[in-house]
Amino acid sequence: MHDRLLKVENLEAWYGESHILHGVGFEISRGELVTLLGRNGAGKTTTLRSIMGIVGRRKGSVRFDNQETVGRTSDSIARLGIAYCPEERGIFSSLSVEENLLLPPVVKPGGMGIKEIYSLFPNLEERRRSQGTKLSGGEQQMLAIGRILRTGANLLLLDEPTEGLAPVIVQRIGEIVRQLKQRGFTILLVEQNFHFAATVADRHYVMEDGRVVDMIAAADVAQSIDKLQTYLGV
Amino acid sequence: MLDIFSIPLPALFGQLLLGLINGAFYAMLSLGLAVIFGMLNVINFTHGAQYMLGAFAAWLMLTNLSIPFWASLVLAPLIVGLFGIVIERLFLKRIYHLDHLYGFLLTFGMALVIEGLFQWRWGSSGAPYPAPIPGGYNLGFMFMPAYRGFVVLAALVICLATWYGIERTRLGAYLRAATENPTLVRAFGINVPLLITLTYGLGVGLAALAGVLAAPIQQVSALMGSNLVLVVFAVVVIGGMGSIMGSIITGFGLGLIEGFTKVVYPPASNTVIFVVMAIVLMVKPAGLFGQTK
Repeated sequence: MHDRLLKVENLEAWYGESHILHGVGFEISRGELVTLLGRNGAGKTTTLRSIMGIVGRRKGSVRFDNQETVGRTSDSIARLGIAYCPEERGIFSSLSVEENLLLPPVVKPGGMGIKEIYSLFPNLEERRRSQGTKLSGGEQQMLAIGRILRTGANLLLLDEPTEGLAPVIVQRIGEIVRQLKQRGFTILLVEQNFHFAATVADRHYVMEDGRVVDMIAAADVAQSIDKLQTYLGV
Repeated sequence: MLDIFSIPLPALFGQLLLGLINGAFYAMLSLGLAVIFGMLNVINFTHGAQYMLGAFAAWLMLTNLSIPFWASLVLAPLIVGLFGIVIERLFLKRIYHLDHLYGFLLTFGMALVIEGLFQWRWGSSGAPYPAPIPGGYNLGFMFMPAYRGFVVLAALVICLATWYGIERTRLGAYLRAATENPTLVRAFGINVPLLITLTYGLGVGLAALAGVLAAPIQQVSALMGSNLVLVVFAVVVIGGMGSIMGSIITGFGLGLIEGFTKVVYPPASNTVIFVVMAIVLMVKPAGLFGQTK
C-alpha cells in the first residue's frame, strides 16, 4: 500500500564551512502533498536544495524512485523527474515570459502541454511576450510554477510559493496547488504560512536546527495546534 | 562643392570605408568576447591570438595543402574552435570560481605563449595572402576593392546571425538563462558545463573567422591580433559587457569614428577610441548598452 517516491535519510549539508543539515529524514508517497514547516533558518530551503543537488556538500541518502541521488549532479537529478521552484522564483530577466516557460527541457513523457498551462494561468498567455521580470510578483510566482509543469517531472519541490503575495493571490495559488495534486503530481512544499499549508497538505514535517523533529498528519492538526504553535513560534 | 571643411570627398569616403572595415573586425571580435565573458566570467585575453590562429590556419592550409580561401572560411574556425574547446576543458574550467584576475592572467599568458611560438617559427614580418576576389568597383566618388566590400557584408551577416542565434533561438535562451543563473538552469536538467564549453568554442571560432577574413587584407603575422585586441577591449568596455547588439553597433560605430578622425585630425586617430572610452565610463560606467547588475 505504501508506494514511496522519495526517501531522505540522515541527510547532512554544508555551505562552505557552515554545517546546515544535521541528519534530515522523511519520506513522501506517490501523489502525496507534504510540507516542511519550521522557523527561519531551520533548514527547510537547504533541504530542498540538497535534494536538488545544489548545496556546497552533502552526505547521507536521498532515494528518488529507488535511485540514489546523492553523488549525482543537479542536471542528472532533474532528469530523473524532480523539478524545483526556488524561493526567489528565479525568473530570467533576459528571457520573455514564454521563453521562461519553455526553458526547462522535457525530461519525461506525461508533462502538461503549453495550452494546458496557459489555461491554468491565463495572465501568462496575455503577457507571454513581456520580459519575464516585468510581471507582478504573483504572476512571476505562477510563471515559476508553470514552467516546471511541462517537463514531465512527477515530484515538484515548491519553496514558499506564497511569500510576499496578497491574500487573494495566495488563495489562487492554493487552488492551483490542489489541482496539481489532483493531477497526480507529488509535491514537497516549504511554507512559513502555516494557515496556507494546513489547507492543502496531507502531512506536515516540522524542522528545527537542521533536523526533522516531528510529523503531523492533516487529520491531527486540530489537536496538535498547541504543539505546532510552540514549534513555529506563532 | 566636393569639399566639406576642405577635405576632398574621395579621401573622406576612403577613410570611412577603411573605418567600416576596421569596425567590422571590432564588431566580430567584441561579439565573441562579450559572449564568452557573459557565460564564463572570463575576460578572454587569448582572443587576439585566436584571431591570429584563424589567419594562420587559412594561410598554412593554402600554402601547404592548396585549400582555397572559401574552404578555409569554414575549416579554420572549426579547427581553432576545437583548440579553444581543449583549452577550456584543460585550463579555464579550473578557474571559474576564482577572481577575474586569474582568468586575465591565464588567458593573457596563453596569448603570449601562442604568439611567441608563432613568432619563433614564422618570424614577425608577415606573409601575404592573395585576395580571393580580385578587382573592384568605381563608385564615382571612390574606388571600392571587391574583397573589402565583401568583408563588410560578411561581417554584418555573421554578427546578425550570432545575434539571432543568441536572442531568438532555444539554445540561445539556454545561454542567456545560464549567463544569469547557471545553478538554476542546471537544476532544470540542462548540462551547463557542456554549454559553457560550447560557448567558448563558439567565441573562439568567431575570432578565428574574423582572422580568416582579415588574412587577405592584412599581412598574416604572429602579432596581428595583439595590436587589434587592445582596441577591441576598449570597444567592449564602451558597448557594455554582455549586450550582443551593443557590441555590434559599437564595433561598427567606433570603426567609423576612427576613420573619420583619420581625415579630420590624423594624429588623434590612434587614441580617439580610448578618449571615447574615458568619456563613456564617466557618463555611463556600465557602457552604452550595458546593464548595471
